[in-house]
Amino acid sequence: MSLEGRSVAAAASLPMRRFDAVIVGAGGAGMRASLQLAEAGLSVAVLSKVFPTRSHTVAAQGGIGASLGNMSEDHWLWHMYDTVKGSDWLGDQDAIEYMCRQAPRVVYELEHFGMPFDRNADGTIYQRPFGGHSANFGDKPVQRACAAADRTGHAMLHTLYQRNVRARTQFFVEWMALDLVRNADGEVLGVVAYEMETGDVWILQSKVTVLATGGAGRIFAASTNAFINTGDGLGMVARAGIPLEDMEFWQFHPTGVAGAGVLITEGVRGEGGILLNANGERFMERYAPNLKDLASRDVVSRSMDQEIKEGRGVGEHKDHLLLKLDHLGPEVIMKRLPSIREIAIKFANVDPIREPIPVVPTIHYQMGGIPTNIHGQVVVPRDGHHNTPVPGLYAVGECACVSVHGANRLGTNSLLDLLVFGHSAGGHIVAQNYPAQAHRDLPRDAGDAPRARLARLDAATSGESVPEIANTLRKVMQSHCGVFRNQELLAEGVSKVMAIAEQVAHTAIKDKSKVFNTARVEALELDNLIETAKATVVSAEARHESRGAQARSDYPERNDADWLKHTLWYRDGNRLDYKPVNLKPISVDSFPPKARTY
Amino acid sequence: MEPIAPDRMKRIAWRCRRGMLENDLVLSRFLARRGSALTEDEIGMLDALLDLPDNELWDIIAGRQEPANAAVAPLVAQLRNP
Repeated sequence: MSLEGRSVAAAASLPMRRFDAVIVGAGGAGMRASLQLAEAGLSVAVLSKVFPTRSHTVAAQGGIGASLGNMSEDHWLWHMYDTVKGSDWLGDQDAIEYMCRQAPRVVYELEHFGMPFDRNADGTIYQRPFGGHSANFGDKPVQRACAAADRTGHAMLHTLYQRNVRARTQFFVEWMALDLVRNADGEVLGVVAYEMETGDVWILQSKVTVLATGGAGRIFAASTNAFINTGDGLGMVARAGIPLEDMEFWQFHPTGVAGAGVLITEGVRGEGGILLNANGERFMERYAPNLKDLASRDVVSRSMDQEIKEGRGVGEHKDHLLLKLDHLGPEVIMKRLPSIREIAIKFANVDPIREPIPVVPTIHYQMGGIPTNIHGQVVVPRDGHHNTPVPGLYAVGECACVSVHGANRLGTNSLLDLLVFGHSAGGHIVAQNYPAQAHRDLPRDAGDAPRARLARLDAATSGESVPEIANTLRKVMQSHCGVFRNQELLAEGVSKVMAIAEQVAHTAIKDKSKVFNTARVEALELDNLIETAKATVVSAEARHESRGAQARSDYPERNDADWLKHTLWYRDGNRLDYKPVNLKPISVDSFPPKARTY
Repeated sequence: MEPIAPDRMKRIAWRCRRGMLENDLVLSRFLARRGSALTEDEIGMLDALLDLPDNELWDIIAGRQEPANAAVAPLVAQLRNP
């Protein structure tokens, strides 16, 4: 590729390549969008820190929610109702209607691409039952989850990757995007990116940029997320002056292995596993007398947190609880839960046939993110409008907040979100006819800010340790912004995180080498983790209510009169703004807020 | 014995970043324990294993599946029994 171009002084000092579209992230969302663009004839670059099929989408097991109605009658409106209710009414109902109506189409499209879905005897896609999926507006359970065994995310990534290779998408593997390039008019003109193999910094100039960087679960000490989930897209937009939406909402899974984060599936409690506190008490009997250990994820997580906070946690630091299985007997464990036994042995050093597994509520999914509309366009408040698109910038997948998940995500809607909004962003971008347009001139200071970050790291001979600060940040987020929150904890959390932000600006790395310098990559990731953490704790402190995944012991009720609104956090001034929730769907009547009971 | 080229080792260390936390944890612990003492043969085996998809790699580490390439078995044994 030639370094064609008439870019100006400073920008020209960085090597540069030009594309119609640059996509950051090669998980399900990024590859669904890139496929559409490449097939329409756009030149597309997709950057990924790791090989595309090793993106975190690979860890998704549950399935893709779509009202195909293959098992019994189903309707997109019922799916919509479940999603609105799951979101605790914070989801935007236009976006939710759009997603649920598009769901069958994107599933069939994926089937057409060669996705190996599980099948019924008649050849149709088999659909599994899943928590929260109901027919007739909460009347009875319905089977809506389309899956490929317990490898749905894996199968999706492989299917999309193969199609992208065929469509000639250009993958930049082991590249990390550092910052957006914006001009004085606020248009996004590409990204500054770091090539790990050489340590070189490039400008990838584009007419349109799509962020698909996934969640940022690594801001918490207890997280099911892979190490790569450091919120890179969130850091990039925050530094570019764009707000982050609803970052206080993070979904916890009740049973991650203490100290490791690895998930112990709900199925273990389904088979009869029970949770115990330090006194050996089956405490869920007190919190949920009917469902006990099988109550919903948020209820079990909150109860566990309460036990720990009241001093009935287990272990030297009284910081976890126990998941007991031994009463099921070795045969049941070996036959029905062999992979769980393996995880317990490997990550908790216990054999559940004899001993209980130490578990703790663990961060699983980020509901908030970069504000977008249903076309995937990144939107900001401007001139009295709440949702004005940022020219040339889109975001899709877990890094984006459309908002379809609101305050709490419904199971199987994460993979659906990737497909629907990856597809809609792709379609919207194709319609702009970018190949017929010229690249805009880069601003003179393009690339200066990330280069200054790198230059500081290269020059620093002493300073704070990146891994130590990252670990401190994770611990502070865990203890001050965990399952149960209150004003005192959160206010302290805000001061601590802001103090850590000061330290982040004064880190040093010993290894200054160029080739695959993991220490430097981790320092660059820390710049993104800290922005995500600030957004999360500041937004959580300000929201004086409990809604979905945000549970405040000092404000235990949902408060629609004051808080039925989206949070927007801005990095500059560490300030907050709010915008209304869209309760008006596209074509049907609104689902007005009511109590969320199951 | 020839020392392992530092750049090769650093590339492998980065490639231990995976899509699944299970693999991240097993591989990072393994590198912390053995990274500087790996032989050329072991590096080759690790490199081959890292080419596998995450689910397959985890199935092999967890003992649910044997590697198709029997040559990597000695390293698999180390990953299985830390």
